[in-house]
Amino acid sequence: MEILGHLVDGMFIALEPLNIMLMLGGVALGLFIGAMPGLGSVNGVAILLPATFLVPPTSAMIFLAAIYYGAMYGGAISSITLGIPGASTAVATTFDGRPMALKGRADLALVTAAVASFVGGTVANLLFTAFAPPLAHVALDFGDPEIFALMLLAFATFIGLGGDDIPKTLFSICFGLVLATVGIDIMSGEPRLIFGDITGFMHGINFLVLAIGIYGIGEMIWTIDSTRGKLKMTEAVLSVSRILSAVKESMAGWKGTAIGSFLGFFVGILPAAGATPGSLMSYGVTKMVSKNPEEFGKGSIEGVAAPEAANNSASTGAMLPMLTLGIPGSPTTAILLGGMVIWGLQPGPRLFTDQTEFVWGLIGSFYISNFFALIVNLAFIPLFIWMLRMPFTVLAPMIFVLSIVGGYAATQDMHDVWLMLLFGIGAYLLRKLDYPVAPAVLAIVLGPIAEPKLRQSLLFSDGDPMIFLTRPISGPITVIAIILILLPLLKLIRDKFKSRRINNA
Amino acid sequence: MRRAEIITAVLMALLSIYLMIKSSELNIGIIEGEGPGGGFWPFWLSFGMLISCIWIAINWYRRTSPPSQSTEVYMDNYGFRMLLLVGGGVTAFIGLIHFIGFYGAIPVFLIYYIRFLGRHSWATTLAISLPAPIVTFLFFDIAMRIVLPKGYLEPLFLPLYDFFF
Repeated sequence: MEILGHLVDGMFIALEPLNIMLMLGGVALGLFIGAMPGLGSVNGVAILLPATFLVPPTSAMIFLAAIYYGAMYGGAISSITLGIPGASTAVATTFDGRPMALKGRADLALVTAAVASFVGGTVANLLFTAFAPPLAHVALDFGDPEIFALMLLAFATFIGLGGDDIPKTLFSICFGLVLATVGIDIMSGEPRLIFGDITGFMHGINFLVLAIGIYGIGEMIWTIDSTRGKLKMTEAVLSVSRILSAVKESMAGWKGTAIGSFLGFFVGILPAAGATPGSLMSYGVTKMVSKNPEEFGKGSIEGVAAPEAANNSASTGAMLPMLTLGIPGSPTTAILLGGMVIWGLQPGPRLFTDQTEFVWGLIGSFYISNFFALIVNLAFIPLFIWMLRMPFTVLAPMIFVLSIVGGYAATQDMHDVWLMLLFGIGAYLLRKLDYPVAPAVLAIVLGPIAEPKLRQSLLFSDGDPMIFLTRPISGPITVIAIILILLPLLKLIRDKFKSRRINNA
Repeated sequence: MRRAEIITAVLMALLSIYLMIKSSELNIGIIEGEGPGGGFWPFWLSFGMLISCIWIAINWYRRTSPPSQSTEVYMDNYGFRMLLLVGGGVTAFIGLIHFIGFYGAIPVFLIYYIRFLGRHSWATTLAISLPAPIVTFLFFDIAMRIVLPKGYLEPLFLPLYDFFF
């Protein structure tokens, strides 16, 4: 009951005129960002974060969360009409959404995606509201070793579950953490890693410099290189009566929606997983349990509903560890967490007791943004499709300008703008060789929190690392983290063993 | 791709070693009564980077990672030209900011990109590149009070400030 009271209070905060405007604007921007190939929620949030310094933290967060939400809806628009995913989270939507559009039912696919997204988002919001307060309550007792163990677990999930090349993932994590140490060492007060004695490094490397470099500049160059300007569009015929009948038809995909809503949420909680694998897994599971799996890939309603419900659900799931534990569940939430630090909020379980207005205002806004996203999406589908015609050669320079202006505004130092360019081009070159970049962004955000926790823990134990294994809560977490790190190694040994047995037989 | 993979791994390994040396300017061990020194964390992380690079190189030698098997070129003519024109354009844009400030460099960059790279009409080009600095100015300098550098164009903005403040 107490939770319900908080939720109602939160909704009132979210319904303040400024916040309503920000939610509507955020959702619309998010839909556009999600629909534009080459831009996803993470790019939008990274590039637009500096613009939110204008409003108070709660409103800023509500705005960015609305972008995150809208982008999950928007990804489907280009997956269906262009056949290329507008964001990586909508990859699975192309499998059935595109064939459906080619059959002339783009309207049905778009409406199914919107309805499934809404249901997925709503289920996730309810799960979030139920789980977050108790989890935060438990986490209040966590000390330094526990928090460090949780961060270890977050990075371990990238190695064990991320699916990218393992040494390259490890490299990305370590590099991000090292970048986070540049500047003044907060414990001893000594300057550290000041390359070439350039004074610009003294204030450290702001996470936004890396995030905008990678997701603004690097991503644009990557998209220009990989699409090479070849896109083809399917028209969608839309009218109010067609949308209404499509809503009825889309109910046939209820099973996919249900699977996506629940599976997506729990996959979304994991730091390495998030919305993209969540939607792919939901697609796979739905196909497995479906009565007509042969329709999948040819325009199945369930096949559109499952990934779309999952990516919305996962985006809310990713917020759960971010708000309760201070460990982001996705690259986008990592940037939101970094933003919270800039706004002077201390991420972690204390938010629920110290910043109730912020936390519950945000949670209240999830429900309302989700509703707004549905309405704006259905009402303006033709507009978004029209905007998709905007050539990339017009969009890309605007993104570059926004990135550079935003990067400057974050720290107000030209040194950081040059660094951002360096990171952007570096990320593009490394990404061509399959180096994952998301772990580095997570690392630069978590680094400044993780290092003092480690040092304080080791100070506490006189340098004995066993402290992480012997404490009742950090022990199991550390063990799980170690298992996850060793998982790929175990798999390798098992495969070797198997192939040897086959050779012997 | 194969050659790019090993060159990158070697370069990144060198970077790791540099970071290790740089970290060791601070104490990298455990100080009695103070816990780990300031260099401890970055030193061992850089060491982790170095190990990863060696691992990547081993995978390259054994041809177990996709880029080490790939016969595709790392960067074809299109990619290289694109990087030069786009990456170079952005670099020039940032360089120009030092001289003519954000509000001079933004329209120059947009005209370069939209008109000359994108080959759009002058009408489209100007419809975007002329309002862009005005909107940016109103949002950053006026609304957020974040003063963007103006380079040698600074005097032109003094009357504007008088008007707004």
